Amino acid sequence: MSNEIVLNVNSLSISFGGLKAVSDFNIDIKKKEIYGLIGPNGAGKTTVFNLLTGVYKPEAGEILLCGENIVGLDCVSINKKGIARTFQNIRLFSNMSVIDNVKVALNEHYKYNTLQGILRLRKYFECEKKMDEEANNLLKVFSIDDLANVTATNLPYGKQRKLEIARALATRPKLLLLDEPAAGMNENETKELMETILKVRDEFDMTILLIEHDMKLVKGICERLTVLNFGKVLSSGNTNDVLNDKEVIKAYLGD
Amino acid sequence: MNRLKNKKFIDKIITFFIIIVAYVVTDVLNNMGMVPSLISGLLVSFCTYSIIAVALNLVVGISGELSLGHAGFMCIGAFSSAIFTRYMKFLGVENIYIFIIAIIIGALVSALFGFLIGIPVLRLKGDYLAIVTLAFGEIIKNIFNAIYLGYDENGFHVTLKSASALKLKEGGFFIIKGPQGITGAPRYSTFLIATILLFICVFVIYNLIDQKTGRAIMALRDNRIAGESIGLNVTKYKLIAFTISAAFAGIAGVLYAHNFHTLTASTKNFGYNMSITILVFVVLGGMGNIRGSIISVVVLTILPEILRGLEGYRMLIYAIVLIVVMIFTNSPFVINYRKNLKLKFNKAKGVKHE
Ligand SMILES: Nc1ncnc2c1ncn2[C@@H]1O[C@H](COP(=O)(O)OP(=O)(O)OP(=O)(O)O)[C@@H](O)[C@H]1O
Ligand SMILES: [Mg+2]
Repeated sequence: MSNEIVLNVNSLSISFGGLKAVSDFNIDIKKKEIYGLIGPNGAGKTTVFNLLTGVYKPEAGEILLCGENIVGLDCVSINKKGIARTFQNIRLFSNMSVIDNVKVALNEHYKYNTLQGILRLRKYFECEKKMDEEANNLLKVFSIDDLANVTATNLPYGKQRKLEIARALATRPKLLLLDEPAAGMNENETKELMETILKVRDEFDMTILLIEHDMKLVKGICERLTVLNFGKVLSSGNTNDVLNDKEVIKAYLGD
Repeated sequence: MNRLKNKKFIDKIITFFIIIVAYVVTDVLNNMGMVPSLISGLLVSFCTYSIIAVALNLVVGISGELSLGHAGFMCIGAFSSAIFTRYMKFLGVENIYIFIIAIIIGALVSALFGFLIGIPVLRLKGDYLAIVTLAFGEIIKNIFNAIYLGYDENGFHVTLKSASALKLKEGGFFIIKGPQGITGAPRYSTFLIATILLFICVFVIYNLIDQKTGRAIMALRDNRIAGESIGLNVTKYKLIAFTISAAFAGIAGVLYAHNFHTLTASTKNFGYNMSITILVFVVLGGMGNIRGSIISVVVLTILPEILRGLEGYRMLIYAIVLIVVMIFTNSPFVINYRKNLKLKFNKAKGVKHE
């Protein structure tokens, strides 16, 4: 693993009303690392994702993506800078087909304009063909290419989660954020998902930060962890060390 | 993958086919004198309202925004083009090229207004567009209802006061005469031209939907937050949809203006009632369903004419039919029922269903 730092966050804070949802949050993630963010319900994990992707503006702190400060940018620009995400409660383009869900995320990378599309010029067909190929390859990674033409909302739950990851990858990010990717999956599906995440890391040289409650998944694939509790970092470091930390055990078992 | 492409493609081709066949059949029958005068008088109107219904469908069904002022864009297209053709008629120039220029003028002026209104409004979340477009439609209608525009040797004169306030010289004439509107614009709108314009409209919108821009527009309709998370610029895509829609609404207005001898901005023509009627076409034909919009225009335009004999009961029956069809096309229960029926049908034919 290289030592290039993809994400570096320093003393990030935000509060809602009186509630300090996240305070003084720090993290640094290396290239090709799979990093876990865990913590009890309401600890502020999703809020961290929302801060990283520009949904919320932090009250303090800085977010460096490959050395560049992205605080203050909106969601669209942050995605263009290279952060893509999935959502805890799945957000697909539900009336569109599976492949169109992925193709629309490729928009930035294929250049033809609206008029060329309307007039069906050669450029349109060339780009569409390449987009179909790339989208199809992504679907293959998640073994849902046979469902390419199904409307997204008709997919079974586990496959919807996979499609969301495929869509995020289609924007060709530097950093991929997964919010509880295994939620609602059975043991087999989770196992399969773990393999897929490893495959994504290796095939795409991807750096991944994931939120997860499933400890088997966390132990299985995360190299390092950060534990959040009441918006504060309780512990961080190598997965095994962190999970054996007394404070962490206390927070999880509630004494 | 090719199957889906085919599905979209086939859908498009069916619509093109229906338009062309409907035109040819109607035209042949019409020449043989076999179309009832009641319907032959409506042929251009079918196309006019189909164009504006398809245009509104782009905003409401495809882009997921509510516009209650599309009659306003139609009004702008109608007046801007008729001012031009009426003036050219005064100069003694009357030919098809003038009408083509008029169509372009109507489309561009209307698109410009769509763009200008869209910029501030489409940035906002929520139903602001509905409110602003509703107000816009009424303002436009009232302006064209009040305006006097005349031309004489000193050039153009405009006032909102009265006909005499225009102080036209000898030999001058009114282009717009207040509530009396524009009289004597050439009647360029033929069934053929109207059908061609409808065809262009349908062509553009189908090809808009099935490409990068269209997918982005629909993605933002389905889930705005997810759309932003993959880098889709909300304002840009909503604005593209809205501006193209306004352009075609303007073209519908051009057809309308050149279908009758006089053009007035009355409540019936361009008021919010009209906007709602157009919305009914769209909802009834199915959100995002281009062909559905056209079919529902034809049905709902013929229906009141057929029911004319029933006098007082006419609107009652019209309303009942509307409700029944609405339930049939939009109730989840019926939709499921139809889905199952289709599945059974496919099974019987041995077609594998996904
Ligand atoms: N927009 C908001 N307005 C007000 N409070 C919020 C907002 N977003 C989050 N919170 C609060 O911040 C706290 C952290 O929420 P967050 O969703 O980040 O938790 P989480 O760690 O993701 O929990 P879970 O495991 O249940 O997903 C919660 O108390 C939540 O109610
Ligand atoms: Mg959460």
